[in-house]
Amino acid sequence: MSATQVIVDAELEAPPVVASPPRLRRFHPGVILSGLIVAFLIVAAVLPSWVTSRDPLAIDISHSLQPPSLSHLLGTDQSGRDLYARIVYGARLSLLIGIGATALSMTIAIAFGVVAGLSGRLVDGAINRFIEVLFSFPVLLLALLFVTVFGPSATTEIVAVGIGTAPGYARMVRGQVLAVRGSGYVEAANALGHSYLRVVRRHILPNAMRPLVVVVTLGVGQSIVWASGMSFLGLGVAPPSPEWGALLDAGRNYVTGAWWLEVLPGVAIVAFAMSVTSIGRYVRQRLEGGLRDDR
Amino acid sequence: MTVDLSGGGNLLRVDNLRVGFGHRKAPKPVVNGVSFSLTGGKCLAIVGESGSGKSVTARTLVGLTGGRSHVTADRLEFNGRSVLGLGDRQWRGLRGKEIGFILQDALVSLDQLRPVGAEIAEALRLHGWGTRAERREKVIDLLTQVGVPNPELRARQLPHELSGGLRQRALIASAIALDPSLIIADEPTTALDVTVQAQVLDLLDETKRRGKALILISHDLAVVARMADEVAVMRGGEIVEHGDADDVLYRPRHEYTQALLDAIPSTHSKGTKLSHTSRPALTIKPRSAARGPVIKADGLVKRYHGPDGITRTVVEDVSFELNAGETLGVVGESGSGKTTTARIVLALADPEEGQVLLNGEPWTAASPKARRGRRRQITVVYQDPLSSFDPRWSVRSIVADALPRDSYPSAALRGERVRELLGQVGLEEEHLDRRPLQLSGGQRQRVAIARALAPEPSVIVCDEPVSALDVSIQAQVLDLLTDLQSELGLSYLFISHDLGVIHHMSDRVLVMKDGRVVESGTADAVFHQPREEYTRQLLAALPRLDRSESLTTDHGRLL
Amino acid sequence: MSTAAPAEVARTPRRPGYRAVQRYGLRILGAIGVLWAAATFTFFVQALLPGDRAALILNLETGQNIHRSARELAPINSEYGFSNPIVVQYLHYLGGLVRGDLGTSYQMHQPVTTIIGAQVTPTIVLTVASLLFAWLIALVLTVATTKRVRFVSAIGSGFETITAGLPQYWFGVILLVVLAIDLRIFPVQGGTSAAGLVLPALTLGVPLAGFIGQVTRDEFEKVLDQPFITSARARGMGDLEVRLRHALRHAVLPAITLSGWALGALFSGAVITEAVFARPGLGNVLVTGANTRDIPIVSGIVMLVAFVYVLANLLVDLAYSLVDPRMRTS
Repeated sequence: MSATQVIVDAELEAPPVVASPPRLRRFHPGVILSGLIVAFLIVAAVLPSWVTSRDPLAIDISHSLQPPSLSHLLGTDQSGRDLYARIVYGARLSLLIGIGATALSMTIAIAFGVVAGLSGRLVDGAINRFIEVLFSFPVLLLALLFVTVFGPSATTEIVAVGIGTAPGYARMVRGQVLAVRGSGYVEAANALGHSYLRVVRRHILPNAMRPLVVVVTLGVGQSIVWASGMSFLGLGVAPPSPEWGALLDAGRNYVTGAWWLEVLPGVAIVAFAMSVTSIGRYVRQRLEGGLRDDR
Repeated sequence: MTVDLSGGGNLLRVDNLRVGFGHRKAPKPVVNGVSFSLTGGKCLAIVGESGSGKSVTARTLVGLTGGRSHVTADRLEFNGRSVLGLGDRQWRGLRGKEIGFILQDALVSLDQLRPVGAEIAEALRLHGWGTRAERREKVIDLLTQVGVPNPELRARQLPHELSGGLRQRALIASAIALDPSLIIADEPTTALDVTVQAQVLDLLDETKRRGKALILISHDLAVVARMADEVAVMRGGEIVEHGDADDVLYRPRHEYTQALLDAIPSTHSKGTKLSHTSRPALTIKPRSAARGPVIKADGLVKRYHGPDGITRTVVEDVSFELNAGETLGVVGESGSGKTTTARIVLALADPEEGQVLLNGEPWTAASPKARRGRRRQITVVYQDPLSSFDPRWSVRSIVADALPRDSYPSAALRGERVRELLGQVGLEEEHLDRRPLQLSGGQRQRVAIARALAPEPSVIVCDEPVSALDVSIQAQVLDLLTDLQSELGLSYLFISHDLGVIHHMSDRVLVMKDGRVVESGTADAVFHQPREEYTRQLLAALPRLDRSESLTTDHGRLL
Repeated sequence: MSTAAPAEVARTPRRPGYRAVQRYGLRILGAIGVLWAAATFTFFVQALLPGDRAALILNLETGQNIHRSARELAPINSEYGFSNPIVVQYLHYLGGLVRGDLGTSYQMHQPVTTIIGAQVTPTIVLTVASLLFAWLIALVLTVATTKRVRFVSAIGSGFETITAGLPQYWFGVILLVVLAIDLRIFPVQGGTSAAGLVLPALTLGVPLAGFIGQVTRDEFEKVLDQPFITSARARGMGDLEVRLRHALRHAVLPAITLSGWALGALFSGAVITEAVFARPGLGNVLVTGANTRDIPIVSGIVMLVAFVYVLANLLVDLAYSLVDPRMRTS
């Protein structure tokens, strides 16, 4: 709605400027590029054969350690496997781990955060303490502990990264719920005599959950970074599978002679993580541009 | 730095000042050809509502309009020297030393992490005044000069440890530390209670008497009335009327000035329209106090137990009655317990002692479940409507949400009723689908009133409903509330810190201080024959336009 | 409460020292509580091990992976106390922690505390150096580029966005290839020398700098719009001084709060970095431990990091009250 239409005859008052900041209205090349990268990688994860015709596991010793060229876009590894195909086929597992871990951590975070935020001092205090305890385990160490105890697998990574990243989100959800719970509109709804459940359902949950849309996108990127860190240490998914972190781990031995093996899978990780992050930021700005008071 | 006053030369000359913001090619004009001049010992008041360009004008005079601004003028001279296009280094030589600048709300205008004394000493240090020890001594002198008791202690304290009045004095001390010849005060008393406001104005008046030039920026004509020699009324970046203070305030020529003056609620405005609108003049129905009380509060007490083990009594033994169709005004300064009282009456906070009866039945003593069913009998309008609306919701859903489901079971019935309510508060069809952020402040408050009317209550608690509004919008909202009351027979519990608003709106008045009711009675009795010393102090401190009435007391330094 | 102003209310004054002692006493009690809970969590994750820990140990020792009979496992069960009820094992574990005993490595048959003690110093050096690097970079960057001409600010915030999302391990390898192998500015294997510290510390510090920088920049922008900044300028203060004397102090507060968490994360990030640079330290112990499923080593280091985290947060409280005097007086 255009701000210039807001004129009421009786009032001398100037209408507030409600249009989104000018930065958002302009053409946004970064966001579009990010969208393309994410779309490409999602296609790669779902239907890898659409974006490459090569087999990521096909060994061809005669073409080992080839630098990037027209026949092998991103070069080949020590066994002559095509790196581009390996990155494309690695997308599925990497994205799966990222999304799985984020889903788990969001579930934990929302459960704890909402219960803490809505409860009285006692329950809230207990949950808050528990979150604090989880905070004392850095994600990577928790993941290492899980791997040590349960052995390396994709499930272990998902569970470890999911639990490891949960406390940060839980604290955020709790803070949001508390903020909304103390807001003027919740008091106004109470003053109107609406039932507790109605207030929670219609005001508290929707407003407290809104920022999570963005956090989810950030979380997927971060989870992939964490999970590939595990693989990088040789503690992730078993070697033949072309998961991105595993590619990095394998490339480490050839870093002096065949830089592309180390650099390019990393570029895939960074590009994906940064693209989802920038899309998330953009979405947040759009959301807040319309709903936050910028006085 | 001495100024030649004997020649009567102008300390400040501004001709055709224009300030725009935004892109260099097409800046958005904010100040549009403003001209004035000022000599030492005089006070120029620049008055206007929000968005009039008065603050930007003030900031231009210290070169602090910011990076994206474009300042042009035919002449912009301070002390005979053009300051147009000065570099930052040259401006810095003037700021603080020859031009002092005082902002509103000292809590945020002083660095919260530094002792008050350090802020004042900073003004001296920046211009190379004295040694560290000399500055420390001077800070104590300055604090004494602005009437801060126990200055050695205060200088070491942080801003949040001082009361609002002391903070504002400290801020003034930092601005006048080097005895600048021009002092610009931007809304210096807006956040202050009325008694403190009077003291701060006295302080500024004193600097004027010492021969300094003073520019006072304010939205409040009454505040400037006691100080200004000249008044300039700004609107939309232009000065619409400028002249001798008495002429502008008592014989205004411009209709906007006239409208602003009429909009001020005061002793005389009672029973009259404040705003210039096309609605028919108000017909005052004689109000019958014969019907029983809708609210009866009896011996309310509320204490807060802080986490530090300190218990504060916020409301102490408050009793009153609100009769049907009547407005009971509750007036008091910040911390007087008036908002807590309102929350108890709304049963949003439980009293520790005493109780409230609503329409003759127990209200605060009833179970939460029983209260929920009766909440439609009492609704509320807050000071800040924006925060009382869910930001995701449209006006339509906000108002519909307040409609009782049993009376309006279908969406069609609710939709019809929402339109009707919006019509009653003077909003149009086009506002239905707007979100709160897309409305102006006055429109938001109208939506809040529509929501309060929706359950057809017998009582509306109005908690500072117009305090955040410009005076002309305030006038419209007050008129609307008065109209609705006479049309619908509502009772108002009307809370405000503004004595003028309270007198204009109320049939009876409670004066609160430190959680207690110090005086109560009919509005005219309380305002014209106050019995209590505190009420007299409040009234004496109130800036008024009618000079014959006020300023008869030269209330000296309190504190 | 909207209008209940914090005005001068009659307060029961207590001896000033009493408050501080009370507050820090509570904080320390809370810290011990967190440690206890962390130990409990760690213990029960171990106890959840699928299958049998004794079989795991025996298989590790013999390098085989076969099913073991109860007779074979009995001596191991009694050596490690696995046959005791879980509550007894738990109390034994806690008792050990209190005495500073983290158990015995399955692989090296040495007390875990001895192994950690021998390797912890380079890791601590790396962690602290990284934190200092991170703060230095973040502060210079935010003071220099926040709220400047659009171009300059974009460079600053762009740098932060890119580095904050950078995977440390990958960044480390790139630094190694470019600066050590190609340009030969730093040693490829620096051991514990000062020159060898630079690249690992940058690897850890730069991404953290991006993160601290983002948080600080957000706050800096808000602070620079505050009226007290205008007040300071109106006194004749120059821009750089306004930033350093007034704005910076406010802007670092959120990042200080985060530093406790960051120190814990750095400590674990050091593990990866040490692996990349083949640098001695806890990292190699930990990775070997995880690879060989040496549970006491890994859980011992986890407990150590939990301890570092708790300690760091106590220090953060202290640092916070140094920067924000309101914490001391209210």
